[in-house]
Amino acid sequence: MTQEIKYILESLLFVASEPLSMERMKKVLDNSETRLIREALNTLSEEYEARGGAFFLKEVAGGYQIRTRPEYSPWIKRLIQPAPARLSKAAMETLAIIAYKQPIIRNDIEHIRGVDCGGILRMLMEKKIIRVLGRKAIPGRPLIYGTTRQFLELFELKDLTELPTPEEVEALEAPKEIPEQLTFPEPEGAASNPPEIDPTKKA
Amino acid sequence: MSEDVYRVRLADIFEGPMDLLVFLIKKNEVNIYDIPIALITDQYLEYLNMMREMNIDVAGDFIVMAATLTHIKSRMLLPVHEEVEDADEDPRLEIARPLSEYIRIKEAVEKLGSRSILGEDTFVRCPGKGDEPSESPEEWVQVDLFELIEAFQRILKNISPEQRVDLTADRISVKDRISEIVNILEERESVTFDALFEGGVNRGMIVVTFLAILEMVRLALIRIYQQTETGIIRIFYQ
Repeated sequence: MTQEIKYILESLLFVASEPLSMERMKKVLDNSETRLIREALNTLSEEYEARGGAFFLKEVAGGYQIRTRPEYSPWIKRLIQPAPARLSKAAMETLAIIAYKQPIIRNDIEHIRGVDCGGILRMLMEKKIIRVLGRKAIPGRPLIYGTTRQFLELFELKDLTELPTPEEVEALEAPKEIPEQLTFPEPEGAASNPPEIDPTKKA
Repeated sequence: MSEDVYRVRLADIFEGPMDLLVFLIKKNEVNIYDIPIALITDQYLEYLNMMREMNIDVAGDFIVMAATLTHIKSRMLLPVHEEVEDADEDPRLEIARPLSEYIRIKEAVEKLGSRSILGEDTFVRCPGKGDEPSESPEEWVQVDLFELIEAFQRILKNISPEQRVDLTADRISVKDRISEIVNILEERESVTFDALFEGGVNRGMIVVTFLAILEMVRLALIRIYQQTETGIIRIFYQ
């Protein structure tokens, strides 16, 4: 039986277009025990590791997904020529701030970076890496940002707790609040800037 | 000539004033909680001048930082008066705190960037779920408010009478409904307007759903299109 579940799961993982959650696998398998499914997944994963082939099983964004090993990416890129997934330095900075400090408003992001982030935020929204969580109940009712499931998928993260901790600077332990007087005024018309993607064009 | 190229690239490296400051601090190998403010301010201004010389538009953010640094420098020079509030606080903390925060983030960026990135280092079997209805954009037209209201009234008309007098309905806030719709859209990318009103809905729920849709449009969370042939209104996740 375990054998069977294992291959059923493998077939599901093979055709699924996104990480398969435990709930969905359970539903397909007529409410099999979570333990059985997990065991089968572990066996599959071990088999893939032992085989040392092109792909591996990874727990990502609250589900399981078969992914190719990084060493084969040059060949895959020759085949499908994907749009570059790597983000610019400015976009990575903005994204990291959102990931670690969410929920966060734009003004706080700009506090930390010291530059306008409107264009980058819009670009990250378009790529669905971040999303609006709501509005903060302060004057101006600014939008609150957070990361999406796509963010977890993009960086191969199981969940937000798996975010790498910046250890080296941990020791500095900076106070959370940034002094009021350091507010950088927003340049006028910043919100209407086109999405800033080209890192070389930054001021 | 070669020197010019080098200089332009220098200016391009800095994402903003904080970036330049971190660079100067690393270059001088100083502690961020004990910045030799005069030295760093001078070097910072030097870089700004250099950028100006090269006709690079120095963004306002850089100038604000220059002012902040100069201000701290002047405060350092002033004699400390006992009666002044928080006189014992080092004026340099004003810059040290955000700096340490920024350095942290840079560290996080490096860690995050070194992970296997989907679509770059690792791939899955179905890359790109297809972005919205881009294959046939002409088949969809953006609907206006009145068509939305019309569709809304049609649904109101269709609900059965017994549901209309249901006074014990569960209350759901617009905010909750927005997050429900976001979840649906995260799952499926797009959903028909009608589908959001399906499944034993009562009048209150319909109103809340409609308000949620309007709010989401206003927040630019969703886009709404109508198919020219069938008249089906679809909501796409922005």
